Amino acid sequence: MSELHSLLQSATQAIKAAEDLASLDQLRVNYLGKKGDVTALLKNLGKLPGDQRREAGQQINQVKQAIAELLEQRKEVLNAKQIEAQLKAETVDVTLPGRHVDRGGLHPVTLTMTRIEKMFGKLGFDVAVGPEVEDDFHNFEALNIPAHHPARAMHDTFYFDAKTLLRTHTSPVQIRTLEKQQPPVRVIAPGRVYRCDSDLTHTPMFHQVEGLLVDENVSFADLKGTLHEFLKMFFEQDDLKTRFRPSYFPFTEPSMEVDISCVMCEGEGCRVCSHTGWLEILGCGMVHPEVFKQTGMDNDKFTAYAFGIGVERMAMLRYGVNDLRLFFENDLRFLQQFA
Amino acid sequence: MKISENWLREWANPELYTDQLVSQLTMAGLEVDSVESAAPEFTQVVVAEVIACEKHPDADKLNVCQVNDGSGEPVQVVCGAKNVRAGLKVAFAQVGAALPGFKIKKAKLRGVESFGMICSEKELQLSDAGDGIMELPQSAPVGTALADYLDLNDTLIEIDLTPNRGDCLSIEGVAREVYANNDIVATPVLVTDVEAQIDDVFSVELGNTQACPHYIGRVIKGIDPKAETPLWMKEKLRRSGLRAISPVVDVTNFVMMELGQPMHGFDLNKLEGGIRVRNAEAGEKITLLDGSEVECREDTLVIADHKQAVAMAGIMGGLDSSVDDKTTDVFLESAFFTPSLIAGKARSYGLHTDSSHRFERGVDPQLQRRALQRATFLLQDIVGGKAGPVIEQSAADDIPDTPWVELRHARIERMLGITVEKPQVEQILQKLDMSLDAFDAGWRVKAPSWRFDINIEADLIEEVGRIIGYDNIPGKREAAHVAMASFSETRISLNQLRDTLVTRGYYEAITYSFISPQLQQILHPGQPTLSLANPISSDMSEMRTRLIPGLIQAVVHNLNRQQPRPRLFETGLCFVPEGKELQQRNHIAGVISGQSEKESWLSASQEVDFYDIKGDAESLMAISDLSAFTFQPSGNEILHPGQSAEIVFQGEVVGFVGALHPNVLKSLDIDQKLYVFELETDCLQQKQLPNFRELSRFPSIRRDLALLVDQKITARELMDCVKKLDEEIIQEVFVFDVYTGKEVINNRKSVALGLILQGFSRTLNDKDVEKTVSSVLQKLQEEYDAVLR
Repeated sequence: MSELHSLLQSATQAIKAAEDLASLDQLRVNYLGKKGDVTALLKNLGKLPGDQRREAGQQINQVKQAIAELLEQRKEVLNAKQIEAQLKAETVDVTLPGRHVDRGGLHPVTLTMTRIEKMFGKLGFDVAVGPEVEDDFHNFEALNIPAHHPARAMHDTFYFDAKTLLRTHTSPVQIRTLEKQQPPVRVIAPGRVYRCDSDLTHTPMFHQVEGLLVDENVSFADLKGTLHEFLKMFFEQDDLKTRFRPSYFPFTEPSMEVDISCVMCEGEGCRVCSHTGWLEILGCGMVHPEVFKQTGMDNDKFTAYAFGIGVERMAMLRYGVNDLRLFFENDLRFLQQFA
Repeated sequence: MKISENWLREWANPELYTDQLVSQLTMAGLEVDSVESAAPEFTQVVVAEVIACEKHPDADKLNVCQVNDGSGEPVQVVCGAKNVRAGLKVAFAQVGAALPGFKIKKAKLRGVESFGMICSEKELQLSDAGDGIMELPQSAPVGTALADYLDLNDTLIEIDLTPNRGDCLSIEGVAREVYANNDIVATPVLVTDVEAQIDDVFSVELGNTQACPHYIGRVIKGIDPKAETPLWMKEKLRRSGLRAISPVVDVTNFVMMELGQPMHGFDLNKLEGGIRVRNAEAGEKITLLDGSEVECREDTLVIADHKQAVAMAGIMGGLDSSVDDKTTDVFLESAFFTPSLIAGKARSYGLHTDSSHRFERGVDPQLQRRALQRATFLLQDIVGGKAGPVIEQSAADDIPDTPWVELRHARIERMLGITVEKPQVEQILQKLDMSLDAFDAGWRVKAPSWRFDINIEADLIEEVGRIIGYDNIPGKREAAHVAMASFSETRISLNQLRDTLVTRGYYEAITYSFISPQLQQILHPGQPTLSLANPISSDMSEMRTRLIPGLIQAVVHNLNRQQPRPRLFETGLCFVPEGKELQQRNHIAGVISGQSEKESWLSASQEVDFYDIKGDAESLMAISDLSAFTFQPSGNEILHPGQSAEIVFQGEVVGFVGALHPNVLKSLDIDQKLYVFELETDCLQQKQLPNFRELSRFPSIRRDLALLVDQKITARELMDCVKKLDEEIIQEVFVFDVYTGKEVINNRKSVALGLILQGFSRTLNDKDVEKTVSSVLQKLQEEYDAVLR
């Protein structure tokens, strides 16, 4: 039986020495395969005398089982080794950038307008739009600004001819909305407006958002509450102060301008607010009876408020931009800051 | 309008500090723009008298003066001013005085010692103009600090008045607002009536009583042409931003600032016959006080004598009839011009004056007589002379009267959102000099003659709100009906289009809607445009008909700043004249250049090409339905003929995509390729509501066909051909390879089509598939001579 013993010994050594799955499988064939050494021993059992056959059979089977176990154990080790090697080979530098399309970004004016639209959208305001090449009626006459009205001097208007112009404000959208929609009306009208003026603090084109609410029992107190809330939310400053000053717009009566406590210095006084602690931020008022008349609405039944917000001014304050002209240069170094 | 706080306080003096007073004005609707002190700080500048004045022994232009500054001993000063002379009262800066910007030290000028400086107005920053030293009146007390003597401890308040408050364009007007907002007694200047001292009159005729319903005048004879405007008046004018000129002009300006009535003084001896207020005759010319010659239109009101126009009514006087340093007899004018008829006239001649500013906004029609009396009194005090009787012409029917306006008590609460008790409403309106006539539901109210802005109920409600203070009205949170905003599922928002491009690496640009005609011509040749009549500059004069010109400019701006791969897009209106109509359609456009991807370690960099920009455009169409759009080779002359396509939607060309034509690049001086797309947004924003279709439970089968076709045959033609067969089991057809090369000859190319086949009622067998594929092949062969490779 020393033959059997030495077979097990050599098998044990050979299996231990197998360095890959292929050579291990070859060993399995060599020992346990159809023509393998152990199989050959089993085949020779028949030649043994009957009384020895049973014992020898048991011993060969034990060796066979032992080799099978050794093979299995070695296989697990080699499997683990192979995975380990594969993982090692496949390891990448995870700090290298991934494969993706670089994102671009929206213009800060769009960001600001969209934000304003969304905030008023939550209050049920629909977005309305109107033409930018407007007629005198919608831009002026219907808004109670007849020809030669001193207020026209405040609107440096671009003209095409005596009756056609570039809208100087988004207020004509009020008129266009009321011409086709019965109250209750609540709309917000963002868009481009134009004034014939160009210097450090004026560009010939800029953006406004007009708001209009027509309903029964709309009062100045509602306007004040809504705008105060809006400005607080827009600047995300809970303690933002607002003040409503009497002012004058031909299409609202009463008219107010709204100041907010300076968002740069929190009302302490700085260059941005000219050391007053206040920033003029928007104009508003109760819609003038003449506008009701021009659009055929019943001013006894309905009242209305309207407001106009300068988008660039809001964007400048929100993002700390210090030069209005940057908005229209479209320099990527500027645009990328808002992406 | 700039006013002196001290002057205002002579009229209305509430117990408020300057900053409180200023804030009160702002909150009353008289927005204060700026507050500055009347003079810069200076110390040790006193009133002094020049006792002696002799020529400097070694300098022609210098004088050696002995000055009495009240300190006891005469002080020696060297002075270079031409107007220095013995006996003159001057502003004297002593040694050690601090002036704006410098200090006074002991000095030696050409060997003569000098202890101080005699000052000019400029050196004290009291005015910009004037050479020579400041001459003080003889009455000025020697030794008094100049700041005290001139009352320089004053603040200048700049008020930015809204056009409806013409009534506040004077000290009296602002003072009325101060009374209304404080519990104080008014202290207006009392106007002394000056009775006629001579009988001289001058005829006045009103030729257009609608435009000028009230005209008052008066002759003053024998005035002293050498008289000087007193310092106190000069100072008040200076602090109102007005320059002192001559007593007659200064007095009329003073009355305008004080009471709000613009006036004019003519040299009586330069007028012929009498005054006629009439419209200008066609082509009538007048030389104005500022020296400019204007040709008047017939719609312009002028003041004329019997010979010619001598002033543009309410705007500016004429040079030929103006008061000069020889004038001894004057005719003073104090008139009312109807605002609506004078409005816009000055501007139509490119003029804007203090007078036109006030008349356009409305001067109190009851003010003319009082103003004339005030001016007479002040003028006689300075220049003497004898005044004739007041000459008055008026057309009572044409003089505006403020209307009686009904104010319903309930309406106040409805508009303002707070309850204001009746007594408080009455108190507020009375403080504003309104007349009240109460009835059950409210009042009938009549505003004073100076309030042109009170015509309807809302105007009165504004006054009530204004005086209560809008800040004292608590805000409410949305009392109105809450309505759900509309939320269409078939409308794609502009923001979705924008976001799609942003995720593909685009930055949004906003460019001006007006561009230069040259750029327009290069990028949209032959297209009629809308041009501005008054552009800011010629390169911003035409309304864009496409977005790409502005975008290309922006891309060039960035290429010039070393940006390797600019990708910009814009959305906005384009303005296309179509016959007599103007189409204002919204577009979206993009321009790209440089590398297709950001330089990366993952792949070699590659220049952008046609399929990059087309893919971007397609991504927009895919939001709604890419298959609704077709691309066809375009004849667009600004694009590369072999790398461009028109985009068609429902039979209409709605946009284009492609490489810019090399000639266009050359005209624009761009030395790298640019790819562009532009689309109308309307077609991109319509989406079908999804309509569910049954799913097939059976497996699908793919068949690939590699076809040889002529190079001119487009992929779209082959795919359309397959689709037209209308074989029910063909679910999808697509191109997965295009090859031209050595193995494909005779101007042919290989196009590989993939077909996805699927049955709805059963699994397809080989026979089904073969039948369909062979009919596809047959059709392609018939139509396009396509053969299997």
